[in-house]
Amino acid sequence: MKREFLLNGGLLILLVVIPAVAWFTDEPFLITLVTRAVIFSIAGIGLNFALGFGGLVSFGHAAFFGLGGYAMGILAYHAQTYTPMLEWPVLVEGTNSMMIIWVIAIVVSALAALAIGALSLRTTGVYFIMITLAFGQMLYYFTISWSAYGGEDGLSIYVRNGFPGLNTMDPIQFFIICYVLLLVVVYGVYRAEKSPFGLMLQAARQNEDRVQAVGQVPYRLYLTAFTISGAITGLAGALFADLNRFVSPSMLSWQTSGEIMIFVILGGVGRVFGPVAGAALFVLLEHSLGGLSEYWHIYLGAILLGVVLFARGGLFGLIAGREVAHD
Amino acid sequence: MTEPVLDVRGLTKRFGGLVASKSISLDLRTGEIHALIGPNGAGKSTLIKQIAGGLQPDEGSVYFDGTDVSPLSTAARARLGMGRTFQISSLAMDYTVLQNTVLGALGHRGDVFRFFRPVMKDKKLVQAAENALEQVGLAEFRAFRTSDLSHGQRRQLEVAVALTLEPKAFLMDEPMAGLGLEGSQRLIGFLDGLRSKAPILLVEHDMDAVFTLADRVSVLVYGEIIASGSVAEIRSNPTVRTAYLGEEDAG
Amino acid sequence: MSWILLVEQTLNGLQFGVMLFLMAAGLTLIFGVMGLINLVHGSLYMIGAFAAAAVAAATGSFLLALIASLAAAAAAGVVVETTVIRRLYDRDHLDQVLATFALILIFSEGTRWVFGSFPLFLDPPDYLSGSVSLPFGIEYSRYRLSLIVVGLAVAAGLFWMIAKTRIGIRIRAGENDREMIGALGIDISSLYTLVFALGAALAGLAGALIGAIQSVQVGMGEPVLILAFVVIVIGGIGSIKGALIGAILVGLTDTLGGFLLPKLFALFLSPSAATSVGSSLASMSIYILMAGVLLVRPKGLFGGV
Repeated sequence: MKREFLLNGGLLILLVVIPAVAWFTDEPFLITLVTRAVIFSIAGIGLNFALGFGGLVSFGHAAFFGLGGYAMGILAYHAQTYTPMLEWPVLVEGTNSMMIIWVIAIVVSALAALAIGALSLRTTGVYFIMITLAFGQMLYYFTISWSAYGGEDGLSIYVRNGFPGLNTMDPIQFFIICYVLLLVVVYGVYRAEKSPFGLMLQAARQNEDRVQAVGQVPYRLYLTAFTISGAITGLAGALFADLNRFVSPSMLSWQTSGEIMIFVILGGVGRVFGPVAGAALFVLLEHSLGGLSEYWHIYLGAILLGVVLFARGGLFGLIAGREVAHD
Repeated sequence: MTEPVLDVRGLTKRFGGLVASKSISLDLRTGEIHALIGPNGAGKSTLIKQIAGGLQPDEGSVYFDGTDVSPLSTAARARLGMGRTFQISSLAMDYTVLQNTVLGALGHRGDVFRFFRPVMKDKKLVQAAENALEQVGLAEFRAFRTSDLSHGQRRQLEVAVALTLEPKAFLMDEPMAGLGLEGSQRLIGFLDGLRSKAPILLVEHDMDAVFTLADRVSVLVYGEIIASGSVAEIRSNPTVRTAYLGEEDAG
Repeated sequence: MSWILLVEQTLNGLQFGVMLFLMAAGLTLIFGVMGLINLVHGSLYMIGAFAAAAVAAATGSFLLALIASLAAAAAAGVVVETTVIRRLYDRDHLDQVLATFALILIFSEGTRWVFGSFPLFLDPPDYLSGSVSLPFGIEYSRYRLSLIVVGLAVAAGLFWMIAKTRIGIRIRAGENDREMIGALGIDISSLYTLVFALGAALAGLAGALIGAIQSVQVGMGEPVLILAFVVIVIGGIGSIKGALIGAILVGLTDTLGGFLLPKLFALFLSPSAATSVGSSLASMSIYILMAGVLLVRPKGLFGGV
């Protein structure tokens, strides 16, 4: 328990110290790299809410990541081309305000998660895995054929969206925005894990009969968790699109779903900070192995295979040991 | 006589050619312990499942507290006041004993969709949970991980969770199993006092417990109730003796 | 004129469906017998295609190429099964997904490393090229027609094998009750390897056959894999019959949706809008089909308990 606490704190400090040093030594690339890890962390925390706490193995979370991305892309596209999104029945304009974009990304991905979850949660086990995968693919092919917003080529946004009082084009300032959002999300999820909902949701993962016997309905718990999970991942998607100033269907591809899962697994399933460790490790591997060999996915695959076969608790499992039931 | 709390009318359940429940009727009245006995495979657990929900009967209906609960889900029946304990322990194994009990109190209070306040710091819930643990004699194990409990202790925890639901009736599926002599004696004493709070439909293999506790006994053999009556009546019933009790004595 | 096109598209859909069946049959068998969700199946498809392309380039024989695809995919299947997959049978589905996802990364990048990023080409042999005349004046590709015939023949062979042969009895026993096969004195681990190799060989064959229509490249397996998942979800996981019917349903929906939906929307939308809406909807049509089936039957058309 104590080791886990130290690890959590250490991670959060490391994620600030590296960009701070990089800022002094003027290495914007390093700042962007850490920002990437921070955004992936948020996406992973989103998936972990469903996967770790609810036991819902979603293989389609790229859909929410991508929807968040497209929410940003579409709103900013209309703002930069001065065209309305919708003229009838009401006039809807685009925007390049980050905060409005976040709210819309969260709402859109939450609604999508609600709809996909409502259908998918009628099934369990392998069916659930494959159905979430299939819904992800459905939206992926939809974005590819949606020529109004770039189709296969995606959408480029020339200027990063704005945040009051900050210059978001400055890597360190954009990093700070993402990092603060990560802190907010981590804190919120930490509280939710210990809340009445968290207790009941994690009980449903362990034993559905028990939850029903105390008068609660697992489906409602799962659907709520899946919706929150999609919303968090959607927020990460909006940030990721802003980081790259680009959004394309590849954000919704099934490989992306697999990668979000990897963040969760590398770190440790079901721990609030697991995805943070996993995402940081992923970006580190991507960077260091990517420099080593063009074919770095071979090494990533080997490492992932090793973690699944031999180190089931992920990084946290190795360092902090078996999770202790908390009182 | 008052209206029965639980009234089971003509339940029939078939699995293919096998009739697991054959037009079963029984009731449970205020203040009593009604024991349901029968050899393995007689269909006791199948019957409990149909009463608690989770298994839909082919025919017949279940009335609880005056309403027909047949169309309702397990969760809805629990909220109406059915406190069930399971034959095979159904607990959240990664949780502590106290967490499992708080879970019951929370489910009963019903305000589950709250996301911010730590549930284990909710004084009322923890108090209710600790009371229940105290009553079944598990208070000192409150911080134990549930998977570390013995089988007998898990049964006690099942009963404690059912208590937090403040049910109108208990459905207990073999609460004594795995308990050892001393544990059984204590649980018998406890259930004896519990019947004044809410009546108990008790499925049990331990004949001493049944004959000590039960106000009425029903005997289920091959999905059919072959006899129902007071302990004395059942003991002297020749059909029961040959069909069931005789086997027990010989075995 | 248009109805001839319709018949041709229906045949294309059937051809696509039959090839999907080759993939889906292995997936559904592997799940039914071993309880394994196997993402590597797409890689085995790719391995079959690459082996065929390499052998065809070296020998010029299409038949040898097909044999190579079967052999290479089956061999790769045996290697992964005995080294990795075997450790996953007792694990939960999450571990299975992740480990087989890791294997995809390894296989895809490994293949790219060996063969490079450029697509290879595999041509149908001369005796199968050109077109054949069907009744009512329909001209149809000889090769695609052969695919339908080969696919249906493999399907018939598979049904026969499972219904009549000793291996088939063992497979069915394994689906129903794992302890029973142990009690029957069957060596479970070699049965599992055999089933996995059989599924792999079918996937490899499908890869080679399709590779002659499309290009042979890294990443060709995964879209087909996901469609095969949709197929077995629709058909009911574990059911070979469900896989066949699901595969043909998906093949027809995909092909005919792309053909008919834009025409349908053209009835009440402008041509450009009709093409865009129609093709968007067509690309989503199989997933809509799947969602529809699951709304009515959450365990698929032929899914048991």
